[in-house]
Amino acid sequence: MSGERFTFTVDGVRVEAEPGQTVIEACDAAGIYIPRLCHHPELPPVGHCRVCTCIIDGRPTSACVMPAAKGMVVENDTPALTAERRTLIEMLFAEGNHFCQFCEASGDCELQALGYLFGMVAPAFPHLWPKRPVDASHPDIYIDHNRCILCSRCVRASRTLDGKAVFGFEGRGIDMHLAVAGGHLDESAIAAADKAVEMCPVGCIVVKRTGYRTPYGRRRYDAAPIGSDITAKRLGAKD
Amino acid sequence: MAKPKLATCALAGCFGCHMSFLDIDERLVELIDLVDLDVSPLDDKKSFTGMVDVGLVEGGCADERHVKVLREFRERSRILVAVGACAISGGVPALRNLAGLDECLRVAYLDGPTVEGGGVIPNDPELPLLLDKVYPVQEFVKIDHFLPGCPPSAETIWAALKALLTGADLNLPYPLFKYE
Repeated sequence: MSGERFTFTVDGVRVEAEPGQTVIEACDAAGIYIPRLCHHPELPPVGHCRVCTCIIDGRPTSACVMPAAKGMVVENDTPALTAERRTLIEMLFAEGNHFCQFCEASGDCELQALGYLFGMVAPAFPHLWPKRPVDASHPDIYIDHNRCILCSRCVRASRTLDGKAVFGFEGRGIDMHLAVAGGHLDESAIAAADKAVEMCPVGCIVVKRTGYRTPYGRRRYDAAPIGSDITAKRLGAKD
Repeated sequence: MAKPKLATCALAGCFGCHMSFLDIDERLVELIDLVDLDVSPLDDKKSFTGMVDVGLVEGGCADERHVKVLREFRERSRILVAVGACAISGGVPALRNLAGLDECLRVAYLDGPTVEGGGVIPNDPELPLLLDKVYPVQEFVKIDHFLPGCPPSAETIWAALKALLTGADLNLPYPLFKYE
């Protein structure tokens, strides 16, 4: 990157950034965690899930797509934003069929981990119980559409990292769903080692015969909340 | 001073939350010092004789009897706690919501591979009428506290019970707050 480094503030803390960085990138580097669901550092940001919405210079703005700028004032960790983020997670839980109790992704699931982080104890909305298919046609991978949250990570990863464009969206509004090129997984070019599979934040795209391998207590979010890896950078650094 | 009263019930669940409750092991002795057990499958007391201080509800509502028991627990409990994934969001029994009640009954009693000679859907008047869906308990009555988990661990149930019975804040530490 070229250009001079500059600073802005997040919840009153000075954060250094370089030109070209988004707010979320600068905060990640500085050890300040902004909760997110669709954003992944290896993928182009799209601002789909809105979980990373912060109040930036007085306006609600997605931190993953907003370029950092000198002197910006960002509110991130406030009770009001936590409440709104919790509502987003609660709506996702009501919209799909998320059975944490027997899901392979439990303990490693970013949706679940955000529920824990925001203190979601019970569904705030009636479940919609949609009828959604499971595609187990591929020998190594299956897709459980019940668990899809339309984050588009697989869509982006397949295009930009795997060079395959296996996934896309079809439909609009509540009917929007993940579609597979060719109709079924076994007719697509997907492979178990694809980034599109690895980056699924929930238990939607799953590699067969790998479930429940990590014992309870040693999974990603068992001991510490999501984002602890990012905040550890700040705690480790001297103020 | 009389000890506070604790009541428990199991609706559409697997009894796993009650088993997890029993998993507090030797702390059961400590619990006996803290409470008197009222209506519960654990002591087989069937009906309320007065108010209880804490009611624990395991399982969601799948039939009319569950709703009746739940409403009675709400009336009789000063603090009502929804325990476990089934009570809070329907849980495994709610899988039937994805297929629909008609489809489930048809597959189980009419068209199933083990059904011989036509089959019949049970309709004895003694049987509680099934609801169209399995519902979380908070869709019927006000719930004061939720203990997520499938089941909530013995540690979680113990921490919550102790807090409720001693009037402390119910703040579960991170490792005890689980949806599974």
